[in-house]
Amino acid sequence: MNNIYFLNISRFFLLILLQVLVFDNMQLNGYINPYVYVLFILLLPFETPQWLLLISAFLLGFGVDLFSDTMGMHTAACVFMAFCRPGVLRLVFSSKDYEVGITPGINDLGFNWFIRYSIILVFIHHLLFFYLEVFNFHEFFYTLGRVILSTIATLVLIIIGQYLFYKKK
Amino acid sequence: MRQLFAFLIKYYFFFLFALLEIIAFVMIANNTYYQGARMLNTANQLTGGVYQSYNDIFDYLYLKQNNRILAEENANLRAMIEKSYVKFTTSEITIHDTLYKQQYKYIDAKVISNSIGKRNNYLMLNKGYNQGIRNNMAVVSSNGIVGIVNGVSGNFSSVMSLLHSETKISAKLKKTNAAGSVTWEGGSYKKGTLTDIPSHIRMMTGDTVITSGFSLDFPEGIMIGTIAEYRLNLGDNFYKIKINYSTDFNKLDYVYVVKNMFKDEQLKLKESQHE
Repeated sequence: MNNIYFLNISRFFLLILLQVLVFDNMQLNGYINPYVYVLFILLLPFETPQWLLLISAFLLGFGVDLFSDTMGMHTAACVFMAFCRPGVLRLVFSSKDYEVGITPGINDLGFNWFIRYSIILVFIHHLLFFYLEVFNFHEFFYTLGRVILSTIATLVLIIIGQYLFYKKK
Repeated sequence: MRQLFAFLIKYYFFFLFALLEIIAFVMIANNTYYQGARMLNTANQLTGGVYQSYNDIFDYLYLKQNNRILAEENANLRAMIEKSYVKFTTSEITIHDTLYKQQYKYIDAKVISNSIGKRNNYLMLNKGYNQGIRNNMAVVSSNGIVGIVNGVSGNFSSVMSLLHSETKISAKLKKTNAAGSVTWEGGSYKKGTLTDIPSHIRMMTGDTVITSGFSLDFPEGIMIGTIAEYRLNLGDNFYKIKINYSTDFNKLDYVYVVKNMFKDEQLKLKESQHE
């Protein structure tokens, strides 16, 4: 049990640092910004209490905000994403059922399940964040293009990360 | 009352969510106006420290390139000093010059974090209030204009880059002195937009765009870029002009913060006009 706390807390700090030091510097055409740190919210265990889910998402967004001068924007997007997570979990119900002790990753629930689950949540996060950043609907379709391409970039990076760091049992 | 509590507890997930979102949006609202960089001041010390140590590691990789840039600039400055001019007059009277007074001071600083890919981009510099940097000061590089200081902590400062939706720089064409303003519409970090140039002005691609000196912060004549393309739609009173920035925002490393010594005086005069 302690192990799970330690794993998630270290993942929290590691992902914030990775985001601000590595992924924020990836300049893909000045158009795509991957926000890989949301992986933390995706990978929280199923039995996480709902209040902890929201609070940790809040702190995660706040941490990234501190570094990127976007005060509140990542926070708002993360909290909203965490709020949607229980609903999305119900929506993409797996045949395996959510047993105790398994985590919402590729390892336990398979590639197909994970991609359906993460595509919805990452898209929700990016949609809210990019529109908050621009803060108007002038460039509506331009921003929508950025949201979609960035979602794809984030997903690719997240999935590569999953295969790199989680070995098959 | 008990029912109220029961209701709150039953739907606590939603209420907690709403509470946290409200906090987040209050934070956004406090920071949307680029003047209100209050949160930044406390946060800067922490994040600035992290960026600084990260930067120290990568500094070595760019030493060669930076040396070259600094050497080039030195050479340029050397060419400007008195000694490099030949004197043609022999009789000379030296007087203590009271005619000229220095208006702008330059403080050199190093960029420790930078972004170009977002809609609103910021830089962080390794100098702050203790080194004499204040809000709204102009930031320039050896190639041209960079941005405006929008938040200062003890030893770090945050700069709103030219690549920001709120940045608007008063500019003019060097050839004709026609004044307009430069903004950034997103997309490529190399291209900006020049607006408000009236349709009777003649121009060519490649013409130089410089700062106008109408703002209190930027000295006159600092390079902004060159005209990449221009268009005048039928019936429009103003040109649509795209410019190439002279500053390469992707390679910023050392910059200068400009201090206007007469700003207080100019501000006072401006305020008295409104009364």
